[in-house]
Amino acid sequence: MAVLDHTEHAGHPDLGNVRKIAMWAFLGSECLFFGTLISTFLLYHNTTGDGPTAKEIFSIPFTSVSSFVLLMSSLTMVLAHHAAGRKDWRQMRVWLLATAGLGLVFLSGQAYEFTTFVHEGLTVTTSPFGSAFFVLTSFHGGHVAIGVLMLLATTFMSFGGKLHEGQGMNVELVGLYWHFVDIVWIVIFTVVYLLQV
Amino acid sequence: MATLNPAVESATASHHGRKGVWSWMTTTDHKRIGLLYGVSSLLFFLVGGVEALLIRLQLAAADGTVLSADAYNQMFTMHATTMVFLVIMPAAAAFTNYLLPILLGARDVAFPRLNALSYWIYIFGGLFLTISFFVGGAPDGGWFGYAPLSTQVTEIVRMDYWALGVQILGLASLLSAINFITTVFTMRAPGMTLMRMPVFAWMATVVAFLLLFSLPIIAVGLFEVFLDRNLGTLFFDAAAGGTPLLWQHLFWLFGHPEVYILILPAMGIVSEVLPVFSRKPLFGRSFVIFSGIAIGFMGFGVWAHHMFVAGLGPVAEATFALTTMLIAVPTGVKIFNWIGTVWGGSVRLATPMLFSLGFIAMFVIGGLSGVTHSIVPSDTQQHDTYYIVAHFHYVLFGGAVFGLFGGIYYWWPKITGKLLNEGLGKLHFWLMLIGFNLTFAPMHILGLRGMPRRTYRYPKGLGFEFWNFIATVGSLTIAVSILIFLINAWRTKARGRVAGNDPWDGRTLEWSISSPPPEHNFDVVPVVHAEDDFWHRKYREDEEGRPVPIPGGGDPLVAGPDDPPIHLPSPSFYPILAAFGMFLTVLGLVYVPLGLVLAGVGVVTVVWGLFGWSMEPLTREEH
Repeated sequence: MAVLDHTEHAGHPDLGNVRKIAMWAFLGSECLFFGTLISTFLLYHNTTGDGPTAKEIFSIPFTSVSSFVLLMSSLTMVLAHHAAGRKDWRQMRVWLLATAGLGLVFLSGQAYEFTTFVHEGLTVTTSPFGSAFFVLTSFHGGHVAIGVLMLLATTFMSFGGKLHEGQGMNVELVGLYWHFVDIVWIVIFTVVYLLQV
Repeated sequence: MATLNPAVESATASHHGRKGVWSWMTTTDHKRIGLLYGVSSLLFFLVGGVEALLIRLQLAAADGTVLSADAYNQMFTMHATTMVFLVIMPAAAAFTNYLLPILLGARDVAFPRLNALSYWIYIFGGLFLTISFFVGGAPDGGWFGYAPLSTQVTEIVRMDYWALGVQILGLASLLSAINFITTVFTMRAPGMTLMRMPVFAWMATVVAFLLLFSLPIIAVGLFEVFLDRNLGTLFFDAAAGGTPLLWQHLFWLFGHPEVYILILPAMGIVSEVLPVFSRKPLFGRSFVIFSGIAIGFMGFGVWAHHMFVAGLGPVAEATFALTTMLIAVPTGVKIFNWIGTVWGGSVRLATPMLFSLGFIAMFVIGGLSGVTHSIVPSDTQQHDTYYIVAHFHYVLFGGAVFGLFGGIYYWWPKITGKLLNEGLGKLHFWLMLIGFNLTFAPMHILGLRGMPRRTYRYPKGLGFEFWNFIATVGSLTIAVSILIFLINAWRTKARGRVAGNDPWDGRTLEWSISSPPPEHNFDVVPVVHAEDDFWHRKYREDEEGRPVPIPGGGDPLVAGPDDPPIHLPSPSFYPILAAFGMFLTVLGLVYVPLGLVLAGVGVVTVVWGLFGWSMEPLTREEH
């Protein structure tokens, strides 16, 4: 494995690979974080008390569309990474902004969905089902929001004369995070939405 | 020391004379951060010790009047929280920070500023928990914070301090876990293969993975407790259909790996000390390493043995009884390996060795009483009695703390350049060993007689008085032994014998460099050819396998003119700024809704710190 080869750079391992390993370790930890939240939800998916149930409240067509939007943002992320590999910085910025934009569309969809649910009588305090649903999806939404900020910051920093090798690595790191958050959503969409209705 | 390399001279010169408080606040040197961790955990050890003494004074006689029931609850909660999160974990972090890069032949950790951030979050988290004493009382729901006890009384903010304090301490540990894992996988010197890594480095790696996978579980649990208290969610509200048992699962899914997080660093230290003072390589070295890894995996499969009285049903209880018995196997393997290391060696009973041998003996007792808990009917009888208190103190004090003190005596000369006094060190050891056994051995008897834990007093005539009195005498003996250690440390500063590079005839790379080490650790990055590489530089074997010294073999490597230049990380102000922002944030969150203003200021400070951080040029990146 190239990462472990130190003969050429004694004491100076390639900084990009170092960061990538750190990001993978962090994402490993995040798996347990979301795993715990999803487990909590599964424990309470039928504990709806007097409040609305999953069947009554979820709109699968709507959430399917916003899930599709988030999945497409992974495609634009790949295109941004690809452009960075070609050192085509203009294209890279376009695709980074497109990814951030799709992320924002997803977040707006979530905000709309939350508002609708609250109007229909489901809040964090209605039932353990409500608590588990809102806390899980909010933490996921928070991750998407942080991802959007990272995408915007990467785009912004690419203007600051930092167009060297490290730029491609930054895009790759943000990409790892972004794809992970997408994959978590696929699990949430399946387990929380599709299996409950 | 003559250096031929201008790079070494300039690295030494540019970092020379960095003194004063500011240099410590902005340091990114792994050794300075290790020292900060060490001194802080020692201070918290004194705080946690005073809390323990107050508990023992209250229980010295029947119907004690030293503490009220309320104060007693705060004491046992804060004693445990302090000792676990503010003493043993950071003390292990101190050793790992200081030693891991040197043991691997590296000049720093992978992310020096992230390392500083971990430390500052830890120290602000410790302060945050401690100030609760002065603003309406410290947390009082136990270090395990069982729901619904921890979620019901929301007018009093004590458990908010606990939930948020433990949360940010966990964040600090998570960041350093990521840092150490990356360091181990990318920063090893040429030739330092994974299996050649010193056992302490291996145990630190296993601990980092345990932290990485157990902390997110408790993080979710703590968020749920906090939200139940402050936002009205119903995770643990039985009346609304929530189940308090969920909290127990989440807590112990973290809590049991945590036990190994506390003990594995001490096991690593002992595995370094025993070979040096027996003048033999570690017996079955790869077995010790793989047992550590096995403990890491199995540690995630035994958590429910903490919950045998919760009514899990016979299948779950039988499963966890079996896994609990199984995890004793890799632990037992290690114990036999340590004994095999000492067996037939030329043993020197210096203070680090005494503490390591004490560790083995005490840990065997604690380990065996631990296996008794896997028998469900017997555990049901012992549950929530002083028998449990006796068990985990034998593991965590007789085990972890003895091991850590062994590490302190062993590496003190490397870190300070001076040897601690052996006479006082041995006095410390024997007093602590006697005091420890006087304190905790009687608790087995008290527990089997039915004395419950966490009860602030007991009536006369139940047969509890005598052994409780003995335990209190023992705890005061421990206090005296710690005082002797502090005197020893103080005396050594002024009058200690100069250690030289290699006072113990060591086997690992840290003994090949000066004491204390230069900021860049190694003038020349070492090339590693074997396990215990430094030993093989110093000794060859004759036909009968006896070590024969190689003249000049232990001399430090001298940099030549062609060696590559040395890059050291620049100091940075942003880690402490970001950590301070987190402190303000959690402080504000205790007092929602009004405190949200303060929390907002905190978040802005964090963002400011992280933004400045990402814009800051790094020496490391200039090549």
